[in-house]
Amino acid sequence: MMTLSKETLAIQREPDVIYFRNKAKEYAVKIGMSMVGQTKLITAASELVRNMLRYANGGNAILEIVIRNNVKGVRLTFTDKGPGIKDVKQAMQDGFSTGRSLGLGLPGAKRLSNEFDIKSEVGKGTTVTIIRWKNGL
Amino acid sequence: MGEFLLVTIQVDLYDRLALALENDLINMVSKTEARGVLIDISAVSIVDSFMGRILGNIASMSKIMDAETVVVGMQPAVAITLVELGLTLTGVYTALDVEKGMELLRNKIGYQPKEEEDLYDDFI
Amino acid sequence: MKSETAAFLKKNKKRILEAWVQNQMSDSTLRDDLISNEELSKQSDDLLDTLLKAVGSGELNLESESFQGVTDILSELSITRARQGFSPRETSMFVMSLKKAFYSLLDAQYKDDPATLYQASVELNNLLDHMSIVTMETFIQGREEVILRQTDEMNEISTPVIRVWEGILALPIIGTLDSARTQIVMENLLQQIVETGSRIAILDISGVPTVDSLVAQHLIKTVSATRLMGAECIISGIRAEIAQTIVHLGIDLSNINTKASLASALKLAYSMLGIEVRRTERKTIF
Repeated sequence: MMTLSKETLAIQREPDVIYFRNKAKEYAVKIGMSMVGQTKLITAASELVRNMLRYANGGNAILEIVIRNNVKGVRLTFTDKGPGIKDVKQAMQDGFSTGRSLGLGLPGAKRLSNEFDIKSEVGKGTTVTIIRWKNGL
Repeated sequence: MGEFLLVTIQVDLYDRLALALENDLINMVSKTEARGVLIDISAVSIVDSFMGRILGNIASMSKIMDAETVVVGMQPAVAITLVELGLTLTGVYTALDVEKGMELLRNKIGYQPKEEEDLYDDFI
Repeated sequence: MKSETAAFLKKNKKRILEAWVQNQMSDSTLRDDLISNEELSKQSDDLLDTLLKAVGSGELNLESESFQGVTDILSELSITRARQGFSPRETSMFVMSLKKAFYSLLDAQYKDDPATLYQASVELNNLLDHMSIVTMETFIQGREEVILRQTDEMNEISTPVIRVWEGILALPIIGTLDSARTQIVMENLLQQIVETGSRIAILDISGVPTVDSLVAQHLIKTVSATRLMGAECIISGIRAEIAQTIVHLGIDLSNINTKASLASALKLAYSMLGIEVRRTERKTIF
């Protein structure tokens, strides 16, 4: 996999979410992703950015256009220095929430992405990476 | 007989704005004794789990105050994404556009249109 | 390669070409139904010309700039052949048979100079092997493009959305309903609902061979998305064996309107929209 372009945005306040979503959409449009693909990507991004704001007081979001086997995609990486997740497996289950949300954030974002990766260490922080390919379902 | 409230959401909302919308709208339902709430989301390009929850809350809260809620004009891409996300907005009525939404509301509350429709239009 | 060897090959281009074309024509796999002899000669001439020029430059690496013309011609040729329906064997014979032409010429010329003969043979062998690889690679790429295009076309034509009545859409699904198909069906359907302002969509699955839990899940997703838009879905064409599998698999479709036939689904749609269809008093032609 190769990175074609890259940009890092700091997410500190709620309105940053809107700017970030628009940026992600711009990237998706640039590689010719379908309307449904774009919507899935920014919805997944929205869930993950909210988690970052709510549980870690913000963090960094990296936007990238990547290419693999001649297919382009958008990769988003969310890194925070928050409390981390004690039980990642449990957090990935539908309906599980430590806050008062629906508990669809992480599992929902995973379903909306073509590739999903989460790394978390208690006390250090969490990094979530998602990819949506141009032709992904 | 009560009136209908029509809210057109014209920009993508972040969480605090969405919460403000919920609050304003419920106060409005209470003040006007509206029997129906129409939320037009045709200009909204993303509904995530938070926004979905707000829509569900508005419907449940209105219901307690004897008003029905109809979400109208959802974009196809938004609908497909919501289903994949795992949100089906149970308890919220949906319609293709404002006109069909009004028809649905009239059927639900057995309301006969008077000569003049009284509509509150809230733009955000 | 020694420059005189390269010069010798260049000088004898005509002989090589003749031998090469002869080799190709005498091969039992020659597809004279797909390509005329004139065209074959012309293609061979073009390639040999470019190849000998490149060899004359002193380079022997197919990836070097001097060989750009050679790889271009080869790629173009194998992609065209893939589309025309040549087999892999028939396509690779094109380059392979050139080897033989080179060898017979070099054999005759350098029979008293084994060192030069050996060097030239090894070098030409390497070069032509690489050309074979390029040929096969682009040939497969060409085939893949054909397959991809056909898949796209199939998906397009196999998911028509029909407007059967004012406000009623019908979608006959034929063939297996996998994730990719579901996505296309769903997008087409929802787009049509918006465009026609239809309130009811009938998904007819008479043409779906089997319904397993995955297919059922896809159907349920389509129904859910339709409802979110503000339209209602009816699933019709449920055959006896499909009803049996659904129940045996423990799939819950109780929240969905299901009908055995398209006709009864249409009837339900009429009643949902308050439409009445009656026979007239007048005499009919039947």
